[in-house]
Amino acid sequence: MNNKTAVGFAILILLGLIAPYTGAYPIFLMKALCFALFACAFNLLLGFTGLLSFGHAAFFGTAGYAAAYSIKAWGFPPEIGILFAVAVAALLGWVIGSLAIRRQGIYFAMITLALAQMIYFFCLQAKFTGAEDGLQGVPRGKLFGFLDLENDVTMYYLVFAIFMIGFLLIYRTVHSPFGQVLKAIRENEARALSLGYDVDKHKLLAFVLSTALSGMAGATKTIVLGFETLTDVNWPQSGEVVLMTLIGGIGTIFGPVVGAFFIVTLENELADKVGSWVQVIMGAIFVICVLAFRRGIVGELAALFGRKKDRVAD
Amino acid sequence: MEIFGVPIQAFLGQLLLGLVNGSFYAMLSLGLAVIFGLLNIINFSHGALYMMGAYVAYLALDLLGLGFWWSLALAPLIVGGFGIIIERLLMRWIYKLDHLYGLLLTFGLALIIEGVYRYFFGVSGQPYPVPDALRGATDLGFMILPNYRAFVVLASLIVCLGTWYVIERTRLGAYLRAGTENPQLVQAFGVNVPLMVTLTYGFGVALAAIGGVLAAPVIQINPLMGSNIIIVVFAVVVIGGMGSILGSILTGLGLGVIEGLAKVYYAEASSTVVFVIMAIVLIVRPAGLFGTEK
Repeated sequence: MNNKTAVGFAILILLGLIAPYTGAYPIFLMKALCFALFACAFNLLLGFTGLLSFGHAAFFGTAGYAAAYSIKAWGFPPEIGILFAVAVAALLGWVIGSLAIRRQGIYFAMITLALAQMIYFFCLQAKFTGAEDGLQGVPRGKLFGFLDLENDVTMYYLVFAIFMIGFLLIYRTVHSPFGQVLKAIRENEARALSLGYDVDKHKLLAFVLSTALSGMAGATKTIVLGFETLTDVNWPQSGEVVLMTLIGGIGTIFGPVVGAFFIVTLENELADKVGSWVQVIMGAIFVICVLAFRRGIVGELAALFGRKKDRVAD
Repeated sequence: MEIFGVPIQAFLGQLLLGLVNGSFYAMLSLGLAVIFGLLNIINFSHGALYMMGAYVAYLALDLLGLGFWWSLALAPLIVGGFGIIIERLLMRWIYKLDHLYGLLLTFGLALIIEGVYRYFFGVSGQPYPVPDALRGATDLGFMILPNYRAFVVLASLIVCLGTWYVIERTRLGAYLRAGTENPQLVQAFGVNVPLMVTLTYGFGVALAAIGGVLAAPVIQINPLMGSNIIIVVFAVVVIGGMGSILGSILTGLGLGVIEGLAKVYYAEASSTVVFVIMAIVLIVRPAGLFGTEK
């Protein structure tokens, strides 16, 4: 860990610890943290492995349903509900990933999008998801049986802890020998293959890890908000996580966090004021980012301070 | 008379409806393949442009009193022109980048277009009348054939096969195929490749617009119709592979028919059957039925 990354970590942890006392709306903070973890998990694939999944909502949303259903119908405590949801998301990721890695590049994106749409239709028709109504009134419950999560501050620190676990896991993965192989695949897949690395196995493992963490984010968000709906499994959600990562900085450690807070804040601010123009604004941000701002906020800042290490997939 | 326990009239009716949907899949996937061939971009906004085609028909009738046949001529020109502006203003900046940026850019464009239409038209559907000349149905003895649906299948087959003829059998098509293989070399021979790229995009978009106009009388026109169809068309493209034009047409029609049959026998699966077939094709033949590329 170099100095600037260490400073970044220090700022992140400090902000995370004092956030509930800054007067910020706790539900907003928790929601943004869940999306930040989702975007970081997505970035592990796009930024560090070079795989654009256009179907990550499937994992985020399915885990949300798994957590909501297991807690509500089976009476799982929150920690077991989240673990169960992560397992479901990882299993789904393994199935979809095994299919999708059979094609490269642009086809990979189309396949993940199509399979995620299949999951959406499944959730629309299945009995246990409540179809259009979704699952409402999911109790937060008590963590480990004694920490009451109905208290927003307690809930916030749980969400922050979950976010940090996911974030550190991703950081560790990226900087491990395994992460180096992923980067090699991103840069030149044929060369990585010819050097003797089992490219498919590495890609699949990265995919499953990413989907499991996306599931952790989705399950946590469901517990925070107390409901789960079809919005979370539908394709615009997949597009949104791409946008968060793009605007924050593809292939940077902190970028997706910044991007997620930016987009969630923007949606919060705009929702009441402009109605359906939100979609137009999101589309316009996409276009601007692709045309003129491909390094994203953190990528541009890093370039400004002359750091070359966290280079972006440009 | 019944086929596997389904009355033959219902069976053939769904088969025809499947062919109608398949025609739209064929036209859209053909446009995607033509654009991808030369621009190396998967046009995510293809669905939104198809939706624009349908709205050109709706607005032409509502505001100007121009009927179906006028729209069939106007929509490809208007939407194709819009596509050309997009290509000139935005897309030409990203040809040198990774393919993925093309997908992201056109995804953003699709969001913008769909959002604007949602603002003006809401999400409920607008009906569009079947043109007078094609109203009613013909009794073929074994089934009642709705004239308009038969026309859609026929018209889109003509458009698709015409496209195949132009690309595979004419000089213009030869330039296009050469440009797909090696644009630098074609440019060195004095062909204006950037112009060709622009016109190709306009043409692919025009195909989507024609699809939209043809779809207007059979479905409710609404701003979400584009994103609903484009994801299925992506699956069609993965199944067929983008290497062959006739392959795209066949795959599109075939999957439409399978979807129609699924509606007859197991309605719950009709929305997912294409994706299931895609998964099977990926296991058995990852390059796609007609694909050759790695």
